[in-house]
Amino acid sequence: MALSATDSAAEIVFDRATKRYPGRPQPAVNELSLTIPAGEICVLVGPSGGGKTTAMKMVNRLISITEGDITIDGTSVRSLDLTDLRRGIGYVIQQVGLFPHLTVGDNIGTVPRLLGWPKKRIRASAAELLELVGLEASDASRYPGQLSGGQRQRVGLARALAANPPLMLMDEPFGAIDPITRERLQDEFLRLHREFRKTVIFVTHDIDEAIKMGDRIAILHQGGILAQYDTPDEILAHPADEFVERFVGADRGLKRLSLRRLRDVELEPAGDAGSDAPRMPASTTLHDALSRMLTEGAHEVVAVDKDDEPMGMLSLRRISDLLQERITA
Amino acid sequence: MIAATPPVIPNYGTAHGCIANDNALFCTTWIRQHWHDTLAPAIVQHLWLTAIAVGIGFAIAFLAALVAHRYGFLAAPFGVFSAFLYTIPSIALFQLLVPVTGITVTTIEIGLVGYTLLILFRNTLAGLRSAPPEVLEAARGMGLTRMQILRRVELPLALPAISAGIRIAVVTTISLATVAAYITPYGLGKPIFDGLQINYRTEYVVAGLLAISLALLADAVLVVAQRRLTPWARRRATG
Amino acid sequence: MGAEEGDRLVLAQGFNLHTFADAFRFLWHEHSLLTTKGLEQIELSAIAIGIAALIALPLGVWLGHLHRGSFFAINVSNLGRALPSLAVISVGLPVFGIGHTVVILALVVLAAPLMLTNSYVAVDGIDADVVEAARGMGLAPWQVLVGVEVPLALPLIFAGIRTAAVYVVATATLAGVVGGGSLGDIIFNQPTYFLSGVVGAAILVSLLAFAADFTFAGLQRLLTPRGLRYVESADKPEEEPPSVLEAAAA
Repeated sequence: MALSATDSAAEIVFDRATKRYPGRPQPAVNELSLTIPAGEICVLVGPSGGGKTTAMKMVNRLISITEGDITIDGTSVRSLDLTDLRRGIGYVIQQVGLFPHLTVGDNIGTVPRLLGWPKKRIRASAAELLELVGLEASDASRYPGQLSGGQRQRVGLARALAANPPLMLMDEPFGAIDPITRERLQDEFLRLHREFRKTVIFVTHDIDEAIKMGDRIAILHQGGILAQYDTPDEILAHPADEFVERFVGADRGLKRLSLRRLRDVELEPAGDAGSDAPRMPASTTLHDALSRMLTEGAHEVVAVDKDDEPMGMLSLRRISDLLQERITA
Repeated sequence: MIAATPPVIPNYGTAHGCIANDNALFCTTWIRQHWHDTLAPAIVQHLWLTAIAVGIGFAIAFLAALVAHRYGFLAAPFGVFSAFLYTIPSIALFQLLVPVTGITVTTIEIGLVGYTLLILFRNTLAGLRSAPPEVLEAARGMGLTRMQILRRVELPLALPAISAGIRIAVVTTISLATVAAYITPYGLGKPIFDGLQINYRTEYVVAGLLAISLALLADAVLVVAQRRLTPWARRRATG
Repeated sequence: MGAEEGDRLVLAQGFNLHTFADAFRFLWHEHSLLTTKGLEQIELSAIAIGIAALIALPLGVWLGHLHRGSFFAINVSNLGRALPSLAVISVGLPVFGIGHTVVILALVVLAAPLMLTNSYVAVDGIDADVVEAARGMGLAPWQVLVGVEVPLALPLIFAGIRTAAVYVVATATLAGVVGGGSLGDIIFNQPTYFLSGVVGAAILVSLLAFAADFTFAGLQRLLTPRGLRYVESADKPEEEPPSVLEAAAA
């Protein structure tokens, strides 16, 4: 498949990247330094105006870098030709920005056409991408004006993936979608990412989306100052300061539970469970398991596999213990 | 109704035989006889006048709009200049040009071009500016150069406004060109004025009808052309 | 061509500032002639606008209220704009003879379609929620029309009247071609009045057109319900409504 090449992912390094606007005392992004390993989703999250979108746009130089540098696989973005740089990055924005006068197929084929791919290859690739993002190959001849919001966002995604870029920048891509469709798109994107493993920089203001989507999360203060950069679980378990603590919410303990499923933790023997303990699939998150226990007044749940065979049990006590230590994968 | 003074119209034509027949509205003999030497050439001339005027006007206005789109501060001067040309009543403008360029087709062409400038400039500029900002941002982010964005995004999206402008310009020019014949005997206005001069009905009635038909036909053709150029505008979202 | 140039325009005048100075002198000296002609022009225009309004406004408003006949209503304005007024006059001449009637006819043909389209779009385009609320409150259809739709549609209806008025005032000049009075008698009569007269009369026509625009703009402001002044201006029809300037060129 066109997208599965594992070498199609780049390591991104922010090296004290700064953005200053003339006439404003505070920089929009202040000496941001972090490393995004190749193939990971890094979510930039923070309050509005916190500089997260600015930081992302400095990577493809839609916003110029004042001081410091950003490198892609070691090459500074400042040294690359601007158009070459951007054609090598998949860019997805909230309002999508599909070209209304072109068909879906032509939209997706925009960058390949610029790169000089033969028409046949462009068409085949577009059909493949459409199916990848959950649409039909026949949708290629429709116009953006005929699509719903969710469908448009999928096309936007396909368009960004078209030239198989090693890096993707996504600016609140699901922000303008209704919650149900949004959840579906998030799940599908995560599924896709497991397959193509590109480096993704994802901007959102929604901490729950950040926790769900990110391999790593960078929380930015107002003024583009990095508050904490770590895996979601680590941030939830050990917030770096009061700002992060407030930002992730007082229910961060419970949020951590959404990150793990029954099958991910060491279970106690199933035989120790009471006979009225609810049975739940092993894919259930600890969060949902806890919810079930509290609702039914149970003290344990039994995890079952696909054939409904018990795999082990988890008690309330054990959940509490788990929260107090770092849960390792 | 006030008693009218006899029209003071310059003498162009020569007398025609059908006047003897009680000056009928539609003396078909005359029409057949003079189709080739009077009416058909007049139609062709009229089309020619319009085509050249709109063609040149569009070339100028289009370039001006491109420049004004790129260098925003130039939009006002261009706009004001073409608007100023527009305010001058047509007959006066034509008359003012006569001492400079004589009683030629050039005179009326200059005038007609001047009148197309305003609507073409305005519409083209508005069309260029109508691209939604998120589309432009996506295009930039994807690595399209400025030229490419202009050619592949802004211009196609400007087509509806541009074609609307051309349509209005063509139709207005056809109308103005009929009056322009007062200055230079050219186009369908010539038989109208000729006919009025000698009070020969068939001539001016038929010429008038031809002018009307021409204008309606041009409008219809341009509407169809506009629809075919912008297929995306017709299909609305179903979902 | 040579023989016909004989009693044609006098080419003696050169194009220079002299002509404009002469034009203003003409305006100054011939004010009684200009007043007569100017008033004739206004009279013709007023009658034409009145007739056009009588035909077009009720029809447009009614169609807009019913949300029917949109294809007709929207495209009829193209018709009015497309028809060369001079051609309409020449076609109508044998039927109505020389004089005011044929000119007024041509002017009505010019003005009515524009007013029709604008008033249709004005009423048709009113926020459906407002109309629905009115009906839901128990107002009868004609009450909704008179009490809600028309007041809300007034700005755009007036925009149409205003534009049409400017077109009409400027185009009334054509009356001079068929001896129907108005400043066209001067403009189309260079042998008698010379270039200075033509230019002077043309300047006056422009001024009249602007005056018409100004007057109707004022009327529009007076008649617009106060609350609407805080609302963004009504949606424009598909193509930009023509301005004063387009009309004055006719």
